[in-house]
Order: sequence, then C-alpha cells, then structure tokens
Amino acid sequence: MTTKLFGEPVRRREDARLIVGKGRYLDDIGHKALAAAFVRSPHAHARIVDIDVEGALDVEGLVAIYTYDDLNGPMAEPLPVLIPHPQLTHPRTNYPLARDVVRHVGEAVVMVIATDRYVAEDAAERIVVSYEELPVVVGVDAAAEARASVHDDVPDNVAARHHQETGDVEPALAASPHTMSFTQYIERSASMPMEGKGVHARWDADDRSLRVYSSTQASTSVRAAIAAKLELSLDKVEVVAPDVGGGFGVKIVHPWPEELLVPMAAIALQAEVKWAEDRREHFISSAHERQQRQDITVGYDDEGRITALDVHVLHDNGAYTPYGIIVPIITATQLVGPYVIPVYRVRVDSVYTNTVIVTPYRGAGRPQACYAMERTMDRIADELGLDRSVVRERNLIQPDQFPYDHHLTFQDGRPVIYDSGDYPGLVDKLKTLVGWDSVDSLRAEATARGKHLGIGMALYVEGTGPGPYEGGHVQVLGSGKVLVSTGLTSQGQGHETAFAQIVASELGVPIEDIEVTTGDTRRFGYAVGTFASRAAVMSGNAIALAARGVREKALRIAADVLEASPEDLEIDEGLVQVKGVPGTSIPLRTVAVLSNPLRYAFDEAAKQATQFTTHDDSKPPVAEGDAPGLEHRDYYSPLRSTFASGAHAAIVEIDPQTWEIDIVKYAVVHDCGNVVNPMIVEGQVQGGVAQGVGGALYERMVYDADGQLQNASYMDFLMPYSSEVPDVVIDHQTTPSPLNPLGIKGAGEAGVIPGTAAIASAIEDAVGRRISSMPISPTQLYDLVRNPDSEMTAVAAGRAGTGVMA
Amino acid sequence: MTASVDTERTITLTVNGVPREATVPVRRLLSDALRHDLGLTGTHVGCEHGVCGACTVLVDGDPVRSCLMLAVQVDGHEVTTVEGLARDDSRGGQVLHPVQEAFRECHALQCGFCTPGFLTTIAAGLEKRDNAAELTEEEVDDMVGGNLCRCTGYANIKKAVHHANAAMRDAQ
Repeated sequence: MTTKLFGEPVRRREDARLIVGKGRYLDDIGHKALAAAFVRSPHAHARIVDIDVEGALDVEGLVAIYTYDDLNGPMAEPLPVLIPHPQLTHPRTNYPLARDVVRHVGEAVVMVIATDRYVAEDAAERIVVSYEELPVVVGVDAAAEARASVHDDVPDNVAARHHQETGDVEPALAASPHTMSFTQYIERSASMPMEGKGVHARWDADDRSLRVYSSTQASTSVRAAIAAKLELSLDKVEVVAPDVGGGFGVKIVHPWPEELLVPMAAIALQAEVKWAEDRREHFISSAHERQQRQDITVGYDDEGRITALDVHVLHDNGAYTPYGIIVPIITATQLVGPYVIPVYRVRVDSVYTNTVIVTPYRGAGRPQACYAMERTMDRIADELGLDRSVVRERNLIQPDQFPYDHHLTFQDGRPVIYDSGDYPGLVDKLKTLVGWDSVDSLRAEATARGKHLGIGMALYVEGTGPGPYEGGHVQVLGSGKVLVSTGLTSQGQGHETAFAQIVASELGVPIEDIEVTTGDTRRFGYAVGTFASRAAVMSGNAIALAARGVREKALRIAADVLEASPEDLEIDEGLVQVKGVPGTSIPLRTVAVLSNPLRYAFDEAAKQATQFTTHDDSKPPVAEGDAPGLEHRDYYSPLRSTFASGAHAAIVEIDPQTWEIDIVKYAVVHDCGNVVNPMIVEGQVQGGVAQGVGGALYERMVYDADGQLQNASYMDFLMPYSSEVPDVVIDHQTTPSPLNPLGIKGAGEAGVIPGTAAIASAIEDAVGRRISSMPISPTQLYDLVRNPDSEMTAVAAGRAGTGVMA
Repeated sequence: MTASVDTERTITLTVNGVPREATVPVRRLLSDALRHDLGLTGTHVGCEHGVCGACTVLVDGDPVRSCLMLAVQVDGHEVTTVEGLARDDSRGGQVLHPVQEAFRECHALQCGFCTPGFLTTIAAGLEKRDNAAELTEEEVDDMVGGNLCRCTGYANIKKAVHHANAAMRDAQ
C-alpha cells in the first residue's frame, strides 16, 4: 500500500516553501510593526545608579522608553523559576528589566520602542546608565571559592546541591582492588541557532485579545506565562511559533524578558511591536551550556570492571536559574551510560557566576556526562594496559538485563530504568565500522608520514521522550483534507513530514491530503514543548493514537453505510472498503460529511448529511456518547523516558608542526528504536556530530576575569564551517522501545553527545598525554605536549599494566 | 539623526528581473531594504557582520553578503535573491532551479534559515562552470565553505551540489 509510509525516507514537505524563500520566520512577520531595542548592561556585576534617558527624547521616531520603574504587578516580580526542585534551595531569576543590580553583561536594563530598529538603536545609544561596579565571579572554581558573591543573599554562590547515590560508595571504593582519582574540565558552548530569538505582538483593541509570534520551542507555555504576567485571561492570548530557524535548546527557556516586554508594549501602545534579536544580543543575553569541573574517583578490579564510582561535579549555572537544575541532573543521571555501576554516588554543586545563564543546549548535560564516564573507561584501560573497547565491553549492561534499573531519579522525576537496548551490539558494529582492530597499520603509516594518529571511542545512553505528555488532533474534512495538529513546536526537525507519515500509515490516506500544524496555540492548546529528543516519541505517538481514533470512528460510520461489519473494512488511499471486495467502498471524505448531521446544505457534499436524506429515526442524529465530526484528540503520557543509545569513534591525525587536529574518520552507530523517517534521522545525527566536533575542537565561550565575553561574534566564536566537519559513516541498530505504541526513541540530540569524549580519547591516544580539558585547540595541544610536567598516559610512559596506580 | 530628506536616496534596481524603485535611508543595509522595503523576506540575516552567509544574494551575478552592503550601493544594478532562482514556466507555474530541487532531494536543509544563502551561492557557482566537467571536491568545498549551517553538518549540502551539477549537466 502506498499509504504505509512509516519507516520510509519520504522527502520533506516543509522544504517546498523553504527552498523558494517562502518560509515565514519571526522577522518576516509584521513589516509595519514598531521595533524594540534594548540597552543592556556592559558590566558583569554592577549596581545601577542612574538611568538618564534625556538624550534619547529628541530622536525622531522614538515612541516609548521602559525601565524597571515602568513595570507593574506581576511584571515587576522576578521571572518564574520554571522548574522548581527541592534541592534547588537558592533559585534566583532576573526581572524583565534589571532592578537595581545587573549580574551579567547583556542583561536588559532599558527597552526602547521606535518606528524602526535603526531609530530604536539610535535612541538606545543615547540613554546613559550609570553603574557602580561590583566584584565579578567568573568560572566554577572562582564561584566555589566564593571570595565574591553573585547574589548578596547567596554568599557561597551555591544555587543547589544535588545528590544521588545507589549504595555506600566509600566502603565500596575502599574494598576495590584499584582506585584512581582525577579532575577534568569542559567549557561553555551554546546552541547558536542561525535565527536568534524574536517576538512579535499584536493587540486587537476591539477583541481585547493578544496574538504573539515567538521564535520559541514552547508556545503553549509562553502563552500561559504571558497571560499570567500581563494579567490576561488565557483565552485572550494566542501564541504561534512560526518557522523557527533552529533552536537546539536555547528557545525552550521562557518567558524570555522580551517575550513579556514586547506584548506589554503592544498593549500599552495599541500597536504591533517586534523585536528580532541580533547576533551579539544572542551571545550575551540568551543562554550557554556545558561548563563543569568533574572530580572523579573510580574503583575497579584487575579485569577493568568498575566496582564503585564517585563523582563530584561543579556546574556553572550562570547568573540565574530560570531552568532550575535540569542540566546538572541530566549529567548526574546519564553519567552511568551503558554500564553496570555497582555503587554510584554523584554530588553536584550548581554555582552562580556573573555570566549568561546556563540552560539546555542539544545534549543538555549529557555530553559532560559521557565525557566523565568514557574518559574514566579510557583511564582504566590505560592503567591496566587493556584495549579501551575491551574494558567497555566488560562493563556493559547485557541485552538480557532489560529493563535495567539504575536506581536513580531522572530529570522528569521518574526512575532511570532503561527500557531496551543492545549495547554489545553497538560496540561490535562500531569496531567494524571504524576499523578499530586494524588501526595499528594506519598509525604506522601516519608515523611514516610524520603524523601522530590516534583513535578513540565513546558510548552513551540517552533518556529521550520525557513526559509529562503531548497531544495530537486529527480531523478529516469533507473535502478529504486531513488536518493534523500538535502543540509542540518545530525548529527544522521535519515534524510536518514525520507526523504526516505516521497519519498516512495509521489512517490509510495519501500523504498529499495531510496538513500538519505544530506550535500554534490556536490549533492545540495543551502541550509541553520540544526538548529532550521528545517530539517523535511524544507527539508522534499521540498523533498515532488520534489517527487510530479517527480510523475507528470512520470504520463505524462506513460500516453502517456499507452494511458491513467494521472488522471487515479497511482504509487505503483515502477509501474505506470491504476487504477483498473491490468496488464496495466509500471515500473517507464522504464519511467525514456523514459524521456531521446537518440541517443546512452549504455545498453539494453537505446535502448527503442533511435531515431529510438521512433516515434512521430509531436513534438521535448524534448517538449518545458520540460527537459530530470525523476527528479525534488523544494524548500520549509515558510511564517514564525511553532510552536511546549509540557509539561513536574518531580517528584523528595530528601534525606535529602545527598541532592541527584533523579528524580523518568519524563513525557512528546509533539506535533510536523504530525509525519514522531514516533520512531525517540521519540528518539529525549528521548535524549533531557537527556540533559535537565543534564542542570538542572549536567552540568555547571566552570570558575574561571581568566577565566580558571576548568572542561574542561569529567572527571570533568558531562554529564549524563545512571545512571543519569530517565525513561521517553511520550504521544503524534497531531496538524498539516497549514503552510506546510506535516503539520509537528520540534521535534529536544523539549525534552531539559523545563527540567531546571520543575526540579527547583519540587525541590522547595520538600524543600520549592526558587530555583533561575540552575543547582543545592546536595551541593548547602544543602547550600540553611541550610542557615537561604534563601527565603522560600510562601506555606512553611504559608503566601500564604494572599495577602501579596513579 | 534619523532618516530625513537629505539622508535618503531613491534608488532604482532590478530585483529578480523586475525593475524596482525604493526610497531608503542612506545607511540602510541591502539586506534590510530587500526584506523590509521590497518585502523579499527569503533573504535571511544571521549575524549582521558578513560571517554566516545567510543573507547572500547575487549582485550582477556574483554572490555578496547583503548585510555588508548598503542599499544605495546597488543603485542601477541587478540583484537576484532566493525568490528569483526559480524560473517561470510556460503554464504560469514555476520551475525550480536545479540546486533548489537538489536541496530537497538530498535533505540538505533542516530549519531552512541559512538555506537561501547556500542556494544563491551554489547556484552562482554552478552556473559559472562547465557542468559537463568533473566536479571536484575542492570546487564543492569552495561553493559551500563560506556559509554557516547549524543544523545539517554540511554532508547533505555537499551531496546536493553534486546532484544539482549532474542535473544541470544532463539538461545541457
């Protein structure tokens, strides 16, 4: 059947508009709108002494200026702590516009509204804010030392102490045949979608209602936040995520100050108002992620099996905690990866610094977790003189151990119980794909050319598709068009295509008849959002259930008409027919017409459903418990997350003249359960790997000691161009999830997770020096290898396998 | 300080084959003029400092960063944006440029925000070469190497360049 499209590499339906310039991104909306621009703090930590707007007042085209003093009611309160947690004992959030104190460069202080952006920036430039500078905290170590505080009432800079343990780790370590301890660092990067954030608001004074477009990953929750903050009834606010030019996590945070201030101004000024973030604003006032210090102690036996693991993480959460401690919780709970860890303790101190807030960026704590666990595996292998893949294999959870309970609590408050997987299968495939066992010949060949060659691998398990729920609505119109909607949003993942494939397969209709809408609260009001690789799992399953509901109803109505039993009917190509009896059929669109008993025949088709043409007068036109219309709404709410997995390997070649690090091969084996569209999944993996490579070798937010971001532009923050991204070879494994009707697991973040760990391992293998701080640049690598005090690997030092531990 | 008579200019240019006139402040970027004065929002602005390439348009056939050019600089010139890559067919519809077809076929876009810049740059690159000659990886790298994409990892974009070149060769 042509309508069975689940699993096929269907070409994307959204591309038709995007390749001809007909996409509609935030700044494509509202050409006549007034423009907002912001005066932002130039200091990392300062008290606001005075705001002098006098100089801006004669700028022609200026419409309004807002400071904190102009905020009223809930707007004058701090922004919400979106995800409270009992261990987040000292949550702090900023005000929509700074009140008294600014705590990072880029914090919004004044909003200017003018006739266009140029004029708004002219006026903003003329506003003079006087500051009294305060001591600045940059970096996790300085935060922990706490010689200065980011928040007066949090003197130790600790927002949260998160703690989980699965047993008594100290005696377990003491009883271990070997132990080792080490410290490693990972630095900040950021989502950096090509389209920054943006908000457009339009107040309808007659209807007393507000429509907001936002480049967001969570339109339903933005709507709720706007209603609460601006004291509007929820039914008078609608929020639409238009085409969104990438998200990667940063747009899940909400409400951003601008998401409240722009609608506030639109209402006050009775006008359309728009703000489109520029790139510098995105660098200094959105969100970053990844900086952690990890202190790791591991116990293991002679075979390399881990007996106990104790990890202390110092996590930089930036100046505020609107997104709670989700990122460090994910690090804490995903750290155990695909391994059996008999006793595990993790303690996270999440600390304030005078820098941009830290909230999820694709991977969301998992790249750091993978870096901690996988580098631990590398060190065990090195000390014992064992092959790194062998040590991993000896620690893997085996296929017959599922469901596997780690006895930890995940980011959704649910237990970390792996639903399914085949981790030895991943390692086997990866070793074949990358040529793990024949790397020595490559190494010899590279050495002959004067190059250092190394190989590394990293495995991960990714909790995907967390709840609480998503919903789907499927409606067949009398025209035959099938409308599908879900509340979660899209940022380029191809949801319009994947969800249409699911409906085509479930309902038996041509994909051309299907129209999918995401992230529009006018169409679907209940949703959580797009994050944590959850869209296909959550909305995919909800939409499948909704389509099944429609199918059931269609068969029931058609059975009446065709005088058959519903079980004898099937739907194919939009036609309900008696199985095996071609010609005995009724189009689904006619079923849709009949599903809605009518008094008025507004068109030809409608005549079939009017009161003098339908004849069963033994029951009411709409039967008890039934409803008019061929539509169904359903929700999918999982018991817990489903766990995808994968393995990456990198071969690097290093030029000892320049210390340039060239990735000559990058191999990926991934397992995200049943795949809706393999073309889209591979695209997600490819894109993720590029971000993983960026995070390992290039991307680093460089703050100086004064809290100034030194590389807040694309010129200086090195995101990979095509020249930096290696060719990627991909192999697949399919272990369906038993938790959801479609058997799928999330795929959005997978590609990025093991990059830093695998590449660090490969570099270490190539140069024989411990790599314990990532990302690493050629200059840093040069400094490391020429430093006589830098630590050599046990293998390079010739002491591996001697039983002498570091 | 704001736009006024002596800081504005009226410019005439050809955009996607159509003569257009616009009165713009002299400081107005070409990207903003295309998007907000002429309503051609297919050209996207990703960094406003000439690094990402999302805003690339063709001026007299050559790729330029429209965020690094003032609108007044294109007075009297010919500009092609992503909206102008497709050609009208004889039946009132449009025929996509081979590079547009290739991007869809090869899944060379995800969020689509950077895509217009890639499409214009690659279209210009492929049109300037003899499509029958073997397309080398160096040439492909040259065509895609100056634009940033945060979604795709570039592999499918490179594939699309080959795909489009083959289609243009076959159409010769």
